[in-house]
Amino acid sequence: MSTIRSGYRYSEDHEWLDTSASPARVGISAVAAEELGDVVHLELPEVGAEVTAGEPCGEVESTKSVADIYAPVSGTVVEINDAVLDDPAVVNEDPYGAGWLFSVEVSTEGSLLTAEEYAEKNGGELT
Amino acid sequence: MTPRFTALHAVHESAGAHFTDFGGWQMPLRYGSELAEHRAVREAAGLFDLSHMGEVRVSGPGAGAFLDFALVGKLSAIALGKAKYSMICAEDGGILDDLIVYRLAEDDYLVVPNAGNTPTVVDALRERAVGFEVTVRDASAETSLLAIQGPRAAAILEQLLVGVDRARVASLKYYSATAAVVAGRQALVARTGYTGEDGFELFVANLDAAPLWSALETAGQESGLIPCGLAARDSLRLEAGMPLYGHELSRDLTPYEAGLGGVVALAKPGDFVGREALQRARDAGMGTTSGRRLVGLRGLGRRSARAGYPVLHDGEPVGEVTSGQPSPTLGHPIALAYVPVGLAEPGTRLDVDLRGRPEPFEVVALPFYQRQK
Repeated sequence: MSTIRSGYRYSEDHEWLDTSASPARVGISAVAAEELGDVVHLELPEVGAEVTAGEPCGEVESTKSVADIYAPVSGTVVEINDAVLDDPAVVNEDPYGAGWLFSVEVSTEGSLLTAEEYAEKNGGELT
Repeated sequence: MTPRFTALHAVHESAGAHFTDFGGWQMPLRYGSELAEHRAVREAAGLFDLSHMGEVRVSGPGAGAFLDFALVGKLSAIALGKAKYSMICAEDGGILDDLIVYRLAEDDYLVVPNAGNTPTVVDALRERAVGFEVTVRDASAETSLLAIQGPRAAAILEQLLVGVDRARVASLKYYSATAAVVAGRQALVARTGYTGEDGFELFVANLDAAPLWSALETAGQESGLIPCGLAARDSLRLEAGMPLYGHELSRDLTPYEAGLGGVVALAKPGDFVGREALQRARDAGMGTTSGRRLVGLRGLGRRSARAGYPVLHDGEPVGEVTSGQPSPTLGHPIALAYVPVGLAEPGTRLDVDLRGRPEPFEVVALPFYQRQK
């Protein structure tokens, strides 16, 4: 069963948001990574780009499929995780840690779920 | 429709498989990482459950003549113990299915259609059998099919064979089959597969499927054999440039557009279903000088084309991708697509509309990947 990191908040579209980091970090949940299969390529927003909560801001490609990455918040992209661009498998290996995607200076949050609510909906295991 | 389960379903469940619906069957998509499964087949060996495939026994004194009439190839010419890739077409030349035909004895053939097409093929064969001394028996429900594929497949399988069977299987040529006892179970062992690697497909009774699966897994443990799902099967067959029914082949296409005109034996004597339409398609240069043709595409960027995406030439849609994904072995995106014959030459630059953004691709010769022999 996929794990769900406590303390993070989640979008309906399976992105997580960690506001304990500054600036806030965004990634995709283990549920999404598991569903996609092996991640082989990522398209991420550029540093300085404005993202809008609920709007697509990138893509995650696995061998079998491709999915949009939706911004869980509105704001300005501050940093991109270059390590996952070089080795997208990190997203599968450590989706809540080393597999983070980008950080963002938050202006407005979208509608987000708590880890408990997200787990309830997706049947993951809270850790 | 209620999903169907193979005789190995419990085995897959306990191995932690992720399942997917395929042709009405619940099949393992992958067990762990589909990339690891893909690589195991290229570098060591992989074990597949293909029990969703159909098995149709065609037997009787008229079997050869019947198959010559029902299918597009000359199946009566298959040597005993050999197999042949063929197709069954409709009267208008449209492909109903692609299949492999094994000649097991003088008057006894085994036809292996795709999972979802099995009922269509069985119905068509029964209709076409009128007037022939032949019986068509659908043995799909009682038959399981396991495949072991990869450079170490032969050495692994050898461990489960004794005596003459061992020698017989070792000397089995590509596209040949023989009866053999494998790990104490009666099997039809065929040197065929859908991965571009050396390997075997083993037809067994359902009751023997789980014991045989476990024997193969044990025998292959030290060689790096792992169970593989349909995700790896699809990426392997795509690298090998092999068509998949429902993607590259369909009711709306003749074998010529797919570049598989060679399976149509217009020179064989007598009538066969689809002859007139196929003759016309060939005379019209379908797939060579007219119409569209299946081509291989190599992605020049990092993003992959997927089935259904439009192919563009000078910004205009000219064709459609039928299968596409990143090639695990080659490290760049690969795809199969139908394009007008004038754009089918290797080296032709085309774009694929990747969700609103054109990305450059180049026509390349098939297969994308070929093993070193």
